[in-house]
Amino acid sequence: MELALFVVLAVIAVIAAAGVVLSKKAATGALFLLLNFCTLAGLYILLNAQFIAVAQVIIYAGAIVVLFLFVLMLLSPGKEESQDRKPYIRVFAVFLAVLMLGEVGYVAFTGVLSGTPGQYTPEKIAEVGNVQAIGQVLFTDFLLPFELASVLLLVGIVGAVVLAKREL
Amino acid sequence: MGRKTIFFSNLREAGKPEQTETGKLMDWIANLLIPLIKSLILVIGLLVGFAYMTWAERKLCARFQLRYGPNRAGPFGLLQPVADAFKAIFKEEAIFGQVHSKVIYVIAPGISLAAALLAFAVVPVGPTINSFQVFGFQVPDISLHLAADVNIGVLYLFAIAGLGTYGIVLGGWSSNNKYSLLGALRTTAQLISYELPMGLAIVSVLLLSESLSLVKIVEKQAVLPFVVLQPVAALIYLICGLAETNRSPFDLPETENELVSGFATEYGGIKFAVFFMAEYINMIVVSAVTATLFLGGWQWPAFLADLHPLIAVGLFFVKTAFVLFLFVWIRASLPRVRYDKLMKFCWKFLFPLALVNLAVTAVVVALLPG
Repeated sequence: MELALFVVLAVIAVIAAAGVVLSKKAATGALFLLLNFCTLAGLYILLNAQFIAVAQVIIYAGAIVVLFLFVLMLLSPGKEESQDRKPYIRVFAVFLAVLMLGEVGYVAFTGVLSGTPGQYTPEKIAEVGNVQAIGQVLFTDFLLPFELASVLLLVGIVGAVVLAKREL
Repeated sequence: MGRKTIFFSNLREAGKPEQTETGKLMDWIANLLIPLIKSLILVIGLLVGFAYMTWAERKLCARFQLRYGPNRAGPFGLLQPVADAFKAIFKEEAIFGQVHSKVIYVIAPGISLAAALLAFAVVPVGPTINSFQVFGFQVPDISLHLAADVNIGVLYLFAIAGLGTYGIVLGGWSSNNKYSLLGALRTTAQLISYELPMGLAIVSVLLLSESLSLVKIVEKQAVLPFVVLQPVAALIYLICGLAETNRSPFDLPETENELVSGFATEYGGIKFAVFFMAEYINMIVVSAVTATLFLGGWQWPAFLADLHPLIAVGLFFVKTAFVLFLFVWIRASLPRVRYDKLMKFCWKFLFPLALVNLAVTAVVVALLPG
């Protein structure tokens, strides 16, 4: 059951990821990205990480891709925008792709794929609750990074307002 | 090969005993067939609900305006939705050459509808019906909510609402029409803005319920529905619900006098009908969630709900119908809000109000134990 679901989701995820890279139109690419995020959320659910799955959909699918589409809608780069592509970019891209593939292959053939089980086993999460477990860790062990991230977001919001409304 | 098995066995719940062949079959039935049947019932129920919601709305609006409303097709016009459906299906519809992308143009209404239907999956309709016997057959326990009671129900609703935006954005953009694009931009801004006070209103409920599971939230309201403890949050949620479903007085996405028909200008026939369906099903979902979060769902009043699970389900439907009636009532009573006032109302009134309400709730919950 889980295996079948995993295979279906993984195949869709890979096809969608390929679609992001290969699609000629920017809007189609953005939609493939959306599909990819949704299948990733499904994979998280298979891994018993419901909160991460929903956060993935809310943040990436619900907010970030909408932002992409907004930009596409307003700037509307309908024509092929790849005229100004420099030749060396292609070489660089191939180099990066080979490097990434090499890394993935290296890890797949030497490392332990399943990872080491940590403190939060599925049983424990089922006992305290997914969101509760994340909340507890977030507000105790990772309080400083959490607060720093919120300050960072605040700076971003203030910056956006300052840039958009010069005479406020 | 061994590594692969380790990886996949981690996906499975740890500590589960090895299954026999029949056990595997039962597993497939329990995990696939029963949810499929439940989803089918849910989808059909929601679509019928949509059809008769349009009828009820037209009838009610007519009564509010001292008219008769639809009364030609069938008794009391009850066959009107069927006639409308046939009309929409058989309407000729041209997709003009100007659309940005034909595929996106066609799937946009589908995305809207799918998101609307998906949202209902976590809403608890009623308690578990214990196993009983019919004509000598032992019927197993039937739980009356579709999805397993995972602890993320409320967040799931938010995630699906976020996906619902895409239908409108993509439909408006791919139409390649100024009115459609403006309508889509307005809608996105409106939906994203009103999600904030809505979220804050729900968080103040979560502080009381101490759980994100909608089933647990309902069970907490056996004595007192949350509308008594959280009147402000309930009001904010209802207003935001109107805005999220693009209902009057917040139906800015399709202001006829400014934008022809907003994001749906180019759509006709069945594609327009699908957008229409999505809007009404969203309305049903918002009403059902209001009933669940604030009116006690199927659990309150407990002395009625405890009599029989079906009475509990009836309570839930009555509450949902009441909120739906409120929606129609508001539509018949209030004029449309101007766009800048809509945004100001959200950001300068609802949002601070929801924030204050949340802060007060947090302090009270922290001070009063239990």
